[in-house]
Amino acid sequence: MSGPDRSTLVGMYDTMTTIKQCDERFRSMISSGEIFLIYYSPRGQEAVAAGMAAALRPDDYLVTTYRGLHDHLAKGVALRRLWAEFLGRVDGTCKGKGGPMHITDPSSGVMVTTGVVGSGMPIANGCALSSVLRGDGRVTAVTFGDGATNIGAFHEALNLAAVWALPVVFVCQNNHYAENTPFALTQRTAHVADRAAAYGVAGVTVDGNDPVAMHTAMTAAVERARDGGGPTLLEAETYRFWGHYFGDAMEYMPPDERQAAMDADPVPAYRARLLADGTATEDELAAIDAHAAEAIDDAVRFALASPQPDVGEISVDVLAQVVTS
Amino acid sequence: MTSTAQPTDPVITFVEATNQALDVALATDPEVFLLGEDIADPQGGGVFKCTAGLSTKYGEQRVRTTPISEQAIMGAAVGAAVTGMRPVAEIMLMNFISVAMDQLANHAAKLRFMSGGQTNVPLTVRTATGSGAQFGAQHSEMLEAWLAHTAGLKVVVPSTPADAKGLLLSCIFDDDPCVIVEHTLLYFGGVTGPVPPGDHRVPLGKANVLRPGADVSIIGYGKPILDALGVAERLADEGIDAEVIDLRTVAPLDEEAILASVARTKRAVVVHEAVKRHGIGAEIVARIGEELHGELASPVQRVGARYAPVPFAKSLEDAYAPGGADVEAAVRRTLGS
Repeated sequence: MSGPDRSTLVGMYDTMTTIKQCDERFRSMISSGEIFLIYYSPRGQEAVAAGMAAALRPDDYLVTTYRGLHDHLAKGVALRRLWAEFLGRVDGTCKGKGGPMHITDPSSGVMVTTGVVGSGMPIANGCALSSVLRGDGRVTAVTFGDGATNIGAFHEALNLAAVWALPVVFVCQNNHYAENTPFALTQRTAHVADRAAAYGVAGVTVDGNDPVAMHTAMTAAVERARDGGGPTLLEAETYRFWGHYFGDAMEYMPPDERQAAMDADPVPAYRARLLADGTATEDELAAIDAHAAEAIDDAVRFALASPQPDVGEISVDVLAQVVTS
Repeated sequence: MTSTAQPTDPVITFVEATNQALDVALATDPEVFLLGEDIADPQGGGVFKCTAGLSTKYGEQRVRTTPISEQAIMGAAVGAAVTGMRPVAEIMLMNFISVAMDQLANHAAKLRFMSGGQTNVPLTVRTATGSGAQFGAQHSEMLEAWLAHTAGLKVVVPSTPADAKGLLLSCIFDDDPCVIVEHTLLYFGGVTGPVPPGDHRVPLGKANVLRPGADVSIIGYGKPILDALGVAERLADEGIDAEVIDLRTVAPLDEEAILASVARTKRAVVVHEAVKRHGIGAEIVARIGEELHGELASPVQRVGARYAPVPFAKSLEDAYAPGGADVEAAVRRTLGS
């Protein structure tokens, strides 16, 4: 298998720098008190999302979680609508009614973002099942953390996907913490992917901080799914720089471990690699960085100018017919 | 396609009526499919035979036997529904819905709202339950109040074979998540009734006046409302003219029908098989109180199960659920007789 082409390689950098800068803007605006939201930073996990999404078609489905900003951006949710939703504004993807933990954007294939650990996996099976029944050739990717692999839904979903050979890729973003508890205290297998054997599905562990490795592994899993070969449990090893939620004191994370992860920051590392191997020039990457910053500036202005939803919206979209209380 | 059962319609069981509804739905719309434990013909066509013959007719792609995995079943139904399919999930017994409650309450019920109306969840859950067959505490409970209290779910409880068919078809083609509760004794006790052939639909959210009356309104749903109808017929001999209203849908409630009836009769008895405390009846009584307090001739009476898990021993199980005698006593209390 040949590796990703130049446009994919550069595109993944674009995705990663956008995620990184977006995250930095959220954290800075929350810290300054300009905006208020519960925020689960994906900083450090940019390469997982970039590599994953670059291996998917635009119309493939994605089911993600409350720590989903990187996945949303990588799959193509528009920055303006994403920012407006994160701020609870009427021009958001979900009219401000879902919020950061519940982004839905069918136009980019993002069908469900769940705030419940592990719940996305059974839902992803259903998206994939509809593709099987319709024969539309789509693949469904579902992302979750290592913490989600100890809830029953993970096991039920992997088993059902295996039994029905569903076109799903289960992407475990193993950031080594289940909320505040380290991986070693939550399971005895060395790798989440080791569990794939229990369900008779392919299990792969990849360096999730390397977007090229991630893209290669994801491409193989997507092809298997699209060709009727069934699901893959793809474990991407990574790290979250800012704890479970932003504001987390992170006392449970050894400082040396965190520092080492931040020193190996996948975004500048990938940037340096593209320069070193001649894939891109400094001018080109600087332009991508600058363009991302401008797009984020624009999205922030757009979101802040958008009003909160009218209170009448509380009774709309509860059921197909409006039921007033 | 909406129709009312006529005495000349074929007389069939609840199970046959359900099977007909599923057959019509599968034939009508390629986006309809069924999933659940043992539902395909090689596994018996469902533990209660509601799906018998359907996998043979429509194939095992559309009538899918699952592992015993209620979370996976409900989750697959949710995921298929948000992409526009119309799944019908069978959760064998209503107590097992507890295992799938995250998918039902956190996802199916909320995804229309959380997505700002971008993704609706047109799934249907069929589930059986009810006391009277000595299935004990974990196979018999009426849990409709759990579901009705979650904004975004529709809950229906049929009391006749015609409604079993007509409400199920309406659920399947409704754009919201619906749970249809099938009573064990009605469905599997051989009860029959006339059922219109073809695409017979009964509208959701609309009550059915089983017997018009002027003196007292008896309001309920499911099996006990049939017992109440028998009581009303007997009381007519004494000159007591009771109106009997079958709600058919408990969420959303047909408040208009309830309030219109009680505004006329000035007296009400609310009956359900579920535990009386914190039940659907409490909501109905509260609505009557909010709107008609000053007009009532007597306090509204509630009839429901005792505050206990469903017992196994016949003596206890019989004492658990309300019967006709309880309804009759409640009616007499409203009349001061």
